Amino acid sequence: MADSDRTSLLSVYRTAALIKAADEKLRGLLTSGELAVAYYSPRGQEVLAAATSAHLDAQDYLVTTYRGIHDQIAKGAPLDLLFAEIFGRVTGTCKGKGGPMHVTHPSTGVMVTTGIVGSGLPIAVGLATSSSIRGDGRVTVVCFGDGASNIGAFHEALNLAAVWKLPVVFVCQNNLYAESTRYADGTSAARIADRAVGYGIPGERVDGNDAAATLDVVGRAVARARAGEGPTLVEAVTYRFMGHYFGDPGAYMDADEYAAALARDPVPALRARLIADGVADEATLADIEAEATAKVEAAAAFAADSPLPGVAELTSDVYREAVYHEEVPA
Amino acid sequence: MSAASARKITFQQAYNEALDEAMAADDSVFVLGEDVGDKEGGGTFKVTSGLSTKYGTSRVRTTPISEQAIIGTAVGAAVAGMRPVAEIMLMNFITLGLDQLVNHAAKLRYMSGGQTGVPLTVRTATGAGGGFGGQHSDMLEAWLAHVPGLKVVVPSSPADAKGLLLSSIFDDDPCVVIEHTQMYWSKGPAPEPGVRIPLGRAHIARPGRDISVIAYGRPVGEVLALADRLAGDGIEVEVVDLRTISPLDERTVLESVARTRRAVIVHEAVGQFGVGAEISARIGEELHGDLASPVVRVTSANTPVPFSPALESRYLYQIPDVESAIRKACQ
Repeated sequence: MADSDRTSLLSVYRTAALIKAADEKLRGLLTSGELAVAYYSPRGQEVLAAATSAHLDAQDYLVTTYRGIHDQIAKGAPLDLLFAEIFGRVTGTCKGKGGPMHVTHPSTGVMVTTGIVGSGLPIAVGLATSSSIRGDGRVTVVCFGDGASNIGAFHEALNLAAVWKLPVVFVCQNNLYAESTRYADGTSAARIADRAVGYGIPGERVDGNDAAATLDVVGRAVARARAGEGPTLVEAVTYRFMGHYFGDPGAYMDADEYAAALARDPVPALRARLIADGVADEATLADIEAEATAKVEAAAAFAADSPLPGVAELTSDVYREAVYHEEVPA
Repeated sequence: MSAASARKITFQQAYNEALDEAMAADDSVFVLGEDVGDKEGGGTFKVTSGLSTKYGTSRVRTTPISEQAIIGTAVGAAVAGMRPVAEIMLMNFITLGLDQLVNHAAKLRYMSGGQTGVPLTVRTATGAGGGFGGQHSDMLEAWLAHVPGLKVVVPSSPADAKGLLLSSIFDDDPCVVIEHTQMYWSKGPAPEPGVRIPLGRAHIARPGRDISVIAYGRPVGEVLALADRLAGDGIEVEVVDLRTISPLDERTVLESVARTRRAVIVHEAVGQFGVGAEISARIGEELHGDLASPVVRVTSANTPVPFSPALESRYLYQIPDVESAIRKACQ
């Protein structure tokens, strides 16, 4: 294994450990009742998010979904601001006006987080169009689930991106469930990657729980985009351990399938591999995990201690400038 | 009168000149939509004619028939700081892209806590009277005006068309400019180059003391002609042209009605749950005790737009109904 590969894998683990710790903290707060928000856990999808963003700079663009905190953390959005946003505090990424489903943090390239399945894909095409016109060398990555590949926006976006040869990578995080519907019950294609054929672009399927393989596949797709060779559809197969939403009993999930997936939990799997391959020793990984926990605790404390938005925030930011005439003639 | 102001242009020329001036002034302005390139004819209504030849196909981008992708692309490019102008050929097709307009363009500034604006413009054409039937003719401005975050513009003259489109393109929020298919080839005085007409401000198109007629778009010209005629009978009609539907210039409307104490609202869209209902409600809330007569709406019929000319002509708002309403209110 080359030194650069070892460094990359360790970096992916560091990010994945932070995502996992953040998610566990949030679920803990939701369970205890200290926090009461709609939350869509990314537990199980940490490694693919970390491996995807490993290829992106801060100026590259990311578009993600309501299940997006793994992508936002991996892209570099500050943890304290993310927590404050989830807590609805004025110190959050969006002053508490977006919430976990609508995180934006442009300085780290987190451009849009959407709660509308599939809607991020056309927006990503627009971000990539701006890069194409300006020649700014940025790459746009848009993350979405398997369910989104069945909505019209997916088709329109992939077709247009292909026609215009845009610098965009479509990353489908196939966690095998669209809300509560099993993949095969809602998706006609055996593999989402196969749908790329219809648009004349490369489609690559990868085990999204395999850090090295995901690094490799997304790396090629980002390189193609950056080289002006057009879009790629990546299907990263993974699993969703916590159901669709926090509190989802998951009765629709098959117990054997779930147990098998849990046995392949990507974060401990990467950890074991790093030790087995001699990339890192136990102490190094324990340090990384302790560092992640400390960051998460600090972020949660920052959020809890932050003020709520003042009522003036209710009516600001609807337009750039206030344009209403509230006054009434005398 | 200067030579420039004596020049007359059509609405089609007005929109074309606005796009040309905006693209010349600012590299971040670009155009996308179905058939907008010169190779494809310069747009269904020729509004983008000549632009791809002048500015290239990177900035004048013909798209597939994909309204959701067209508006979504405009959203993404605007979030990145560009000023996209998306053409949606006909307003009924905007329904296919409403998720992008309503859930994203309108809300991203707010949901991001003011970090990312969406300075896009959607140009779209519609209107009854052309025999295009139920799916090519609807005025849907009320749908969009119901959404905080969007700006909705309906010009009534070529000069306004040019000035309002320029303002929309350079506005930092998402604007929808509704053009009328039956007015593209009508002429009016050309404005001086670069003149922008402010958004969110109504225009007193004709002052008058007896009654306020509030209108926008196509009916404005007809109401002005009616006002000329009624002046001969001693009825002085004040014509308020909204220019921008949302944000509504409530002050100008209420100040006018406070003076005249009578109001008729005229629009081409169907009446139910429409712009006229909103304006009527605001007048009632603020001026109820001062009114000398009830506020009356004259709108198109509450039906789909019919095909047969015999029906389509009766579907449309009727200027004789406006006249009757004015005369009754001023008795």
